[in-house]
Amino acid sequence: MNQVVQQKYETVIGLEVHLQLKTETKIFCGCANVFGREPNAQVCPVCLGLPGTLPVLNKKALAYAMKAALALNCQINSFIKFDRKNYYYPDLPKGYQISQYDNPIASHGYLEIPAEDGRVKRITIKRAHLEEDAGKLIHDEGTNSSLVDYNRTGTPLMEIVTEPDLRSSQEAYDYLQNLKLTLQYLNVSDCDMEKGSLRCDANISIRETGDPCLGTKTELKNMNSFKAVKAALEFEERRQQKALESGERIVQETRLWDEGRGATVSMRSKEEAHDYRYFPEPDLVPFVVDEGVIDTIRRSIPELPQQKYKRFRSEYKLSDYDANIMVQDADVANFFEACARLYPQPKKICNWIQGPLLQELNARKAHVRDLRMTPEYLTTIIRKTDENVLSNLAAKEAFQHVMETGKSADEVIEQKGLAQVSDSGILESVVEEVIRDNEKVAGQIREGKESAVGFLVGQAMRKTQGKANPKILGELIRRRLLA
Amino acid sequence: MIKTKGSKIVTQDDVRYIASLSRISLRDEEMARLTRNLEDILHYVRKLEEVDVRHIEPTSHVLPLKNVYREDRMRPSLTREDALQIAVQQHEGFFKVPKVIQ
Amino acid sequence: MKLNELTAHEILDLIRSRRTSISEVYEAVTDQIQTTEKDVRAYVRLNEKPCHADALDAAAVPVPIGIKDNICVAGQETACCSKILAGFRPPYDATVIRKLKASGAVFVGSTNMDEFAFGSSTENSCYGPTRNPWNLDCVPGGSSGGSAAAVASGEAIWAIGSDTGGSIRQPASFCGVVGLKPTYGRVSRYGLVAFASSLDQIGPLTKDVTDAALLMNIIAGYDEYDSTCADMPVPDYTQALMNDVKGLKIGIPQEYFVAGIDPEVKAAVTAAIEVLTEGGAVVEEVSLPHTEYAVATYYIVATAEASSNLARYDGVQYGLRRQPAAVRKNPLIDMYEETRDAGFGPEAKRRIMLGTYSLSSGYYDDYYLKGLKVRTLIKQDFDHVFREFDAVVTPTCPTTAFKIGEKMDDPLSMYLSDVYTISVNLSGIPAISVPCGFSKHRLPIGLQILAKPFNEEMLLRIAYAYEQRTEWHKRRVFER
Repeated sequence: MNQVVQQKYETVIGLEVHLQLKTETKIFCGCANVFGREPNAQVCPVCLGLPGTLPVLNKKALAYAMKAALALNCQINSFIKFDRKNYYYPDLPKGYQISQYDNPIASHGYLEIPAEDGRVKRITIKRAHLEEDAGKLIHDEGTNSSLVDYNRTGTPLMEIVTEPDLRSSQEAYDYLQNLKLTLQYLNVSDCDMEKGSLRCDANISIRETGDPCLGTKTELKNMNSFKAVKAALEFEERRQQKALESGERIVQETRLWDEGRGATVSMRSKEEAHDYRYFPEPDLVPFVVDEGVIDTIRRSIPELPQQKYKRFRSEYKLSDYDANIMVQDADVANFFEACARLYPQPKKICNWIQGPLLQELNARKAHVRDLRMTPEYLTTIIRKTDENVLSNLAAKEAFQHVMETGKSADEVIEQKGLAQVSDSGILESVVEEVIRDNEKVAGQIREGKESAVGFLVGQAMRKTQGKANPKILGELIRRRLLA
Repeated sequence: MIKTKGSKIVTQDDVRYIASLSRISLRDEEMARLTRNLEDILHYVRKLEEVDVRHIEPTSHVLPLKNVYREDRMRPSLTREDALQIAVQQHEGFFKVPKVIQ
Repeated sequence: MKLNELTAHEILDLIRSRRTSISEVYEAVTDQIQTTEKDVRAYVRLNEKPCHADALDAAAVPVPIGIKDNICVAGQETACCSKILAGFRPPYDATVIRKLKASGAVFVGSTNMDEFAFGSSTENSCYGPTRNPWNLDCVPGGSSGGSAAAVASGEAIWAIGSDTGGSIRQPASFCGVVGLKPTYGRVSRYGLVAFASSLDQIGPLTKDVTDAALLMNIIAGYDEYDSTCADMPVPDYTQALMNDVKGLKIGIPQEYFVAGIDPEVKAAVTAAIEVLTEGGAVVEEVSLPHTEYAVATYYIVATAEASSNLARYDGVQYGLRRQPAAVRKNPLIDMYEETRDAGFGPEAKRRIMLGTYSLSSGYYDDYYLKGLKVRTLIKQDFDHVFREFDAVVTPTCPTTAFKIGEKMDDPLSMYLSDVYTISVNLSGIPAISVPCGFSKHRLPIGLQILAKPFNEEMLLRIAYAYEQRTEWHKRRVFER
C-alpha cells in the first residue's frame, strides 16, 4: 500500500479490555479465584449455575473495580445494578451472564498516552463494568466433542471500553501498555495476556481523512499479546484500505486474528443475530455508593506511573529514558526511590538498577521484592566504589554475592576480601619489594621512561592478589622513583 | 403497543424466531398451536395499553434492599467427584459436550 | 382421629408427653400413603424409611413433612416434575432443607407439582396429575398441588410449597388446608429452583394456623446465600396466635367481588368477613384499582424471568440430553433444541416463548418494561391501603377446584384463575389462605388474608382468630 493511499484514510479504533480481578474468591461465590488448577476442581453449586443457586456479590470485587475506575479518572455511578445477558454457550452454565447494562460501575474516564509532539493525548473511557467470566472450552481435536472446565466460571471480570479515540495501531499499543501499567500499580489484576487475565478486543474502521462520519467497523478478537493487537490492527487497517480502494464495501463482522497466518479471518459462521435480552438481575439487589466509600478508595490509590514519571524527571532529573524504565514496575520505582534517599546520585542508582538488577530479575523471572538485594546494600556497594574501596569488578562481585546469599554488603566485602588495599604503609613495603626485584625496570623509570610504571603496578597487583588499589600503587611508585 | 388492533400480534415467523432464540425446535403442529396460544395471551396482555405509566418507575425488586455483599472469604468448593457426579457426559475430569463449531 | 390426621402441634404434644413416638406417627403417615396414594398421587418420590432416634431434644420438631419437588435436597433427585431434570441429584441442600434437617424434620417424600411450578392445577407434571382428595375428579390446584393434597389426605402432617403467583394459597384453598406465602425476602430462596426470581417464595402448607406459625418459625430468616433475603429478626410467630381481632381495620377490595366469582365462594367469604366483624374487627370496603391488570402484568414479568431462569436446562451439564441422529444446524445447536423440545412440556414451552418474546429486541419497552411499571402501580395500591388498614381480606380463588382436564386446552382461562393471588406476589406482600367453607359438592373454599410486608404476624393473628370461631379446619377428607 503506498503512502498516498495510507494518507487518504484515517483509522478509528476503540478497545474493549477484559480484566480478571485478583480477589481471593470468585465474584458471586466462595470458590478460590486461582489459575491453573486441574479441571473442575474449584467449582461449587453457585458457579456451576445449578438449579436453585443464587449469586452474592464479592465486596472486594466491587472495591477493586471502583479503584481501577477511579485510577482511570472515571466517575463512579451512584446507582449500580447488575443485569442478565442471555445467550447460549457451553461455557456459560446458567444460559446467561451476570453483567451490567445501563447502570455500570463507572463512566466518563480517560487514560493518557504519549502523543507525537511529545505531549499527551487523552483516550476517553466510555464505561467500566463488572461481570462474571465464563468457563473454558477445549476443542478436542479429532473427536466429535468439546470439553468444558468451569474453574474460570465466576472469576471477577472488569470490562473497560474506550470511545473510538485511537487513531493508529501504535496508539492502541500505547494505550494498552499504559492501562496495564496503571492497573498493575493498583495491584488489582495480573494483567497477563498470555494467562488470559487481560483480554482485548478491538473495533476498527477507516474513513477518508476529514470525513466526520465513521466508517463500517469490524470487531477483532483472538489476539494473545499486545503485539498481536498491534499486528491485527495493522493488518485490518490495510485490508480495509485495499477493500475501499478497489471499490468494495466493508462488512460489519467479527474477525479472528490468526497468529500463524498473520491475518484476520472472518468468522461468519457464528454471525447469527445477537439478541441478548438484557434485563435487571432479580437475584442481586442494587448498589448505592456513597461519597465516603469512594473517598476511602480514592485515598488508597498510590501514585500512578504517569505522575511518577513526571516527578522522577523533575525531582531526580532523570532522562526521559531512565524515568520511563524506573516507572515500568511500581516495586522497581520504589526500590529506586529508597536508594535515592540513601545516596545522592540518582543517575548512578539508575545505572545499577537498569544494568545488573534488571538483568538479574529477568534472568530469574523474579520480582524485586523476591530479591535479597536491599536499597541499603546496593547503595553501600555504590558508595564503596566511589570511595575506591571496591574496584568495579569487585563491586559486581559483591552485588552477586549479596544476591545469592542475602548477606549484607559489608559482610560480603569483608568475608570475600573484596576491599582494595589502600593502606599506604602496606603498599609501600610492596612497592619496595617490587622495585628491589625489578631493578632494571626501576632504573629505566628513574631515567624518565614513565610508561614502564604500569609494569611495576602489574607486578605489585600480582603480589597483592589484585586487592591493591592500582591508582595508589602508581602514585607510590612514581613518588619513589621520580621525585 | 406495537400493532393496530385487529391485526395479528404474532406471526409464525415471530414464533419461529422466538423458538430459535429459546433454543427449542418445534414441530409444525406445535408451532401452530403455540402461535395461537401466544396470540391469545398477548391479545389479553394488551389490556396494559390502557394504563398510563408516564412518570412511573419500573419495579424490578419489591424490597428496598441495597448493597448486599459477601466478604472475600473462601468457602469450600465441591470435590471434583461431586461436581462431575451431575454430568450427563464426562471425560478426564471435563464435562463433555457435542463439538462446538466456531 | 388417626395420628396422621392430627396437626403437627397436636403430634408434638403427644410426642413430648411420650404418648406416642416419631415412628408411630411416621407409620400412620405411610399407612395412609399405602391406602390412598394410588388415588391421590401427591408424591412423585417417597423416601426410604428414615432412621430417626426416638429420643430427641425438647426443641426438635420431628414431624413428617412433604417437600415440593422444586426444593433441592442434597443427593436426592430434585426434578421440578420436568423430564429435563430427570435424575438430577443436587450436591447441596436448600437453606430451608438445612433448617428443616436441623429441626429434626422427617422427610416423607417429594410432592408433585406443575412442571417448574408453571400452572394452577398440577396437571403440568411430567409424572401425571395429582387429584384433589376431596373429589378425585378435580384438580388439587397448583402448582404446589402435591403438597396440598398430601396434607389434606393425611399423607403428610404438613408440607413445604412455593408460591410465585398463588401456588401455595390456591391449592391450599382447593384442598381445604392452610397455606401461607411469606413476604418476599422472609424465607431464603437458596435451593428453590427458580421460576420467577422476583416473585418466588417458599412457604408452609398445614392443617391449621398454629402449624403455619410453627413451620414459619423453622424456615424464616436471613440467609447469606440469598442477596434478596432480608436481614431482619424473626419473631416467634406463635406469639401472634392471640385470638383477638378487636379494633383491627380490615379492608375488603371491591375489585375482588366482581363478575367471575362463584356465588358459593362469595357467600362463604362474606360469611367469613361477618365472623371477623363479630369478633370486633372494623371492616370497610377499599379499592385496589389496578387489580384488573395484575394477571397481564404477572404473565409478562414472571415469564420473562422464567425464560432466563430455564435457559440453563440445555443438556450441557446435567439432566436430559438428546441428540438428533442427523445434523440439522450443527451438533451443539441441534442438541440444545432437541433436548429442550423433548424435555419441556407444553406449558413450559409456552412460558419460555412468551418470556423470550417480551424481553426480545423491539418488544422490551412495550411488554417487559411496561409490565414492571404497572407492577409499581399494583404495589402502590397496597401501600396506599395498608397506610390505613391492618389487613385486606378476599377470596383466595374465584371458584372451587375445577375438573381435571377442564382448562388444559385454554391456557388463558387457567391463568385467569390466579386473579386473586397474583397481586400479592407482584407486591411482595405476605398472604395466607385458610379454609372458610365448602361448596354443595363438598369442595373446600379458601379465605385469603393479606398484610403489609413482614407482617406475617397480622395474617396469623386474624387467621387464628377466625379459625377459633369456626370448625372448617377440623374437617378431614377421609372421615369415618
